[in-house]
Amino acid sequence: MPIKASEEDPEKARRFRESALPYLNDAYTLARYLLRNAADAEDAVQECYLRAFRHFDSYRGAAMKPWLFAILRNVCRAEYARRAATPTSAIEDVPESAEQAPLWHEAEQTPEAQLQRRFDSDTIRRLVAALAEPFRETFVLREIQNLSYREIADVAEVPVGTVMSRLARARAMLRSAWLAEEEQQK
Amino acid sequence: MTCDEAEVLLHALIDGELDAGHALEVEEHIANCPRCAAALRDYREMSKAIAAAGVDYTAPAALRQRIEAALPQPRQAPNRRAVLRGFAMGSAVSALAATGLVAIVLRNDDIERIQSEVVSAHLRSLQAGHLTDVISTDQHTVKPWFNGKLDVSPPVIDLTAQGFTLIGGRLDYVDARAIGAVVYRRRQHVINLFVSQTSSTERRPAKTDTIQGFNIRHWSDRGLNYWAVSDLAKDELADFSEKFESAMRAQG
Repeated sequence: MPIKASEEDPEKARRFRESALPYLNDAYTLARYLLRNAADAEDAVQECYLRAFRHFDSYRGAAMKPWLFAILRNVCRAEYARRAATPTSAIEDVPESAEQAPLWHEAEQTPEAQLQRRFDSDTIRRLVAALAEPFRETFVLREIQNLSYREIADVAEVPVGTVMSRLARARAMLRSAWLAEEEQQK
Repeated sequence: MTCDEAEVLLHALIDGELDAGHALEVEEHIANCPRCAAALRDYREMSKAIAAAGVDYTAPAALRQRIEAALPQPRQAPNRRAVLRGFAMGSAVSALAATGLVAIVLRNDDIERIQSEVVSAHLRSLQAGHLTDVISTDQHTVKPWFNGKLDVSPPVIDLTAQGFTLIGGRLDYVDARAIGAVVYRRRQHVINLFVSQTSSTERRPAKTDTIQGFNIRHWSDRGLNYWAVSDLAKDELADFSEKFESAMRAQG
């Protein structure tokens, strides 16, 4: 159906605004946790929205949030790659082997410890931001963005089983960090 | 079921991703395993604590504006009626339109006139019965009172512990617009903190002026303009604004 771009674009832009802009805070939140830097997060979200608009024709009315997140994640990975080119900064926090390490090692360190207190948002943000990739990504998508395992698997391009093991490790690591923080604040 | 299976599956239980059969198996394991039960309890508590604290971020207004500007614009510019309808609806879009209008109004006005209006509003408030529309020392009573009365509710922060007692809130008019005033007291001195929206998200550091014997401390942060007015000494008013700003930062 040949439609001149000049006629189509305002209508397309209107639909895009209505469906994608309500997730701006969510996208910004994800970018903040992935990149751990406010300025980089802003750039990534802007790039994400521009790419999303360019590809809006291929969007088939599935859930908008995971669709945007998949684009945002690719933008963020490009940023990781750029950082990796800078000698002093790290790409991934953990080597691949960390993901294969058995889970119960962490549990053994804290056999029946129990969380005693709640922290303010700044403290929790800091604890979450300190989680290693790819556990941080999985944790944020589940716990803060409320995505289902299937949606997380699609965004992160991994099987659902991997999502489950990453989430288990992420929560175990956060629990250890939480307990350590309690100890420190005593 | 073994512990290492349960270690993974109990998350699916927490997240409501487990079918009934597996859920039962995990629950049976947990009933007999104190270590897994403790983990489950802690994970649930963590989720609740995270939800209660609120750890998401708000996109800066400038980012939204940049994205908006990069998208193709609607064919016809919104006419005056559309803008007014936007105000009435109070949607996110209208809030943007509104801040744009305010910015134009404020740019064309001279700061001196607004400051003298702020002082007039402060003087009016000191007349009997005009100080507060809602009287409460509880920020959780004052804050919701503003909701729906203004485009943007002013932040209400209890600074009692820092020596400034919150005594209430009031709707006032400055520059022919409704504006929120949060009222504090230090000894016998009243402080009116006027808050209005601005399109600029730039942080402007506080500056003190003196008009008609009153001290005015003005600053801008995160899209809001603040004017604190009082007959307090300059250094005490500066102390107030610093305590307020650091409490705002603590709230994230």
